[in-house]
Amino acid sequence: MIAIVDYGSGNIQAVKNIYDKLGIKSYFAKVPEDLSRANKIVLPGVGSFDQAITELNDSGMREKLDELVLNKKIPVLGVCVGMQIMAKSSEEGVLDGLGWIDATVQLFDENILKIKPKLPHMGWNSIEVNEEHLILDGVDLDKGFYFLHSYHFVAKNLSDVLCLTYYGAKFHSAINSRNIFGFQFHPEKSHFNGIQIFKNFAELQHA
Amino acid sequence: MLRSRVIPCLLIQDKGLVKTVNFKNSKYVGDPINAVKIFNEKQVDELIILDIDATINGVDPDYQAIEYLANESRMPLCYGGGVKTAEQAKKIIQLGVEKVAVSSLAILNPNVLIEIERLIGRQSIIVVLDVKKTFFGTYDIYINNGKTKIKRKLEDVLEELENIGVGEFVINSIDNDGVMKGYDMVLAKKVRGLISTPLTILGGAGSFDDIVELVNEFKIIGASAGSLFVFKGVYKAVLISYLTEAVLKKIQLISNKF
Repeated sequence: MIAIVDYGSGNIQAVKNIYDKLGIKSYFAKVPEDLSRANKIVLPGVGSFDQAITELNDSGMREKLDELVLNKKIPVLGVCVGMQIMAKSSEEGVLDGLGWIDATVQLFDENILKIKPKLPHMGWNSIEVNEEHLILDGVDLDKGFYFLHSYHFVAKNLSDVLCLTYYGAKFHSAINSRNIFGFQFHPEKSHFNGIQIFKNFAELQHA
Repeated sequence: MLRSRVIPCLLIQDKGLVKTVNFKNSKYVGDPINAVKIFNEKQVDELIILDIDATINGVDPDYQAIEYLANESRMPLCYGGGVKTAEQAKKIIQLGVEKVAVSSLAILNPNVLIEIERLIGRQSIIVVLDVKKTFFGTYDIYINNGKTKIKRKLEDVLEELENIGVGEFVINSIDNDGVMKGYDMVLAKKVRGLISTPLTILGGAGSFDDIVELVNEFKIIGASAGSLFVFKGVYKAVLISYLTEAVLKKIQLISNKF
């Protein structure tokens, strides 16, 4: 069963609706015990870095998530701020991230954006594959995904970078390290491309 | 490459969808959920939904309706109407909406935006400004569905709000609302010159050519429209539609150069 982490941040129902339509079983996890029966985990997120981390801490699920993701290697998919909090820290906040990936989150440099609009990076943008992976199977790279953010993920190791996207310069728009996946864009709001990502994630064999 | 966004704008009154002309004569055009379903099928870039009753009636946002709309929408959703506090904005985001639009709040109590930003992030606060051209060719800002004129200059309001920091400005031309004769390009150029935040122009689009013209001018912009996507033909029969593949391709090619 796919657990969608309900810690008060992110569009959990939109993810659930996609899985319902695909005929794939998923449920909301609100307390640590709920996570025990998960074989896949979706970690949504909107808002700000500190807000998301605080809410995750308050939910009591952080330790259990660490255990499942780091020790048991349960596949996890983070969306937007749900991806960003997988890094060690963010320029947007002062709190520590989950630190699952050796990375930081930085504000886009407005000086490299040549035309208006500048920030936030908003709208549909294409993606380019850095490391091939089954999770991108059937995705229309040119059509891309919907982005809405001013801070972006900076992975220390390029081998952890799944996709790149151009906004003034190329940035890390999706990451993958073994069982951990993160998408800066919103697959739950990106029509068929997004549905394809959730479907591929559900069909992945354990890492 | 990033491309321009083409955004249907839906107005809600008495729980139904309506369309106005110059902010008046609202005509019932259907059920909001049904419209969202059709826009899903058409793979629309994103949607703006504005409850034009809430602020006027002094009521809270209709959370149940918002939840239904957000759950149904497979494209990003911007919701506005009746938002007065940061807690309300947060609640709307938690219901699955990506962007919260404010209008009179941004004019009358802009400091609340700082609090909203702390809770939901700057990128998710959208400011909608309803403007009307004056005899002298300048623009006045209105609130309360075009009924109350604000005594401050458009330039000053934009500067103040950009300094506070918002995710996007939606500039809505009252003169062009429902008229379907093209966007007010002078207004669009003026505002684009003043701010660097993402910008969406609303009011006046009557054909796909109007949208292409706007995109051609600005390369990366939000082009929003109401009538164009809910009416068909000279008698304005209700028909929910979106851009054709050919027009979408054209827009992508223009944006790709930047």
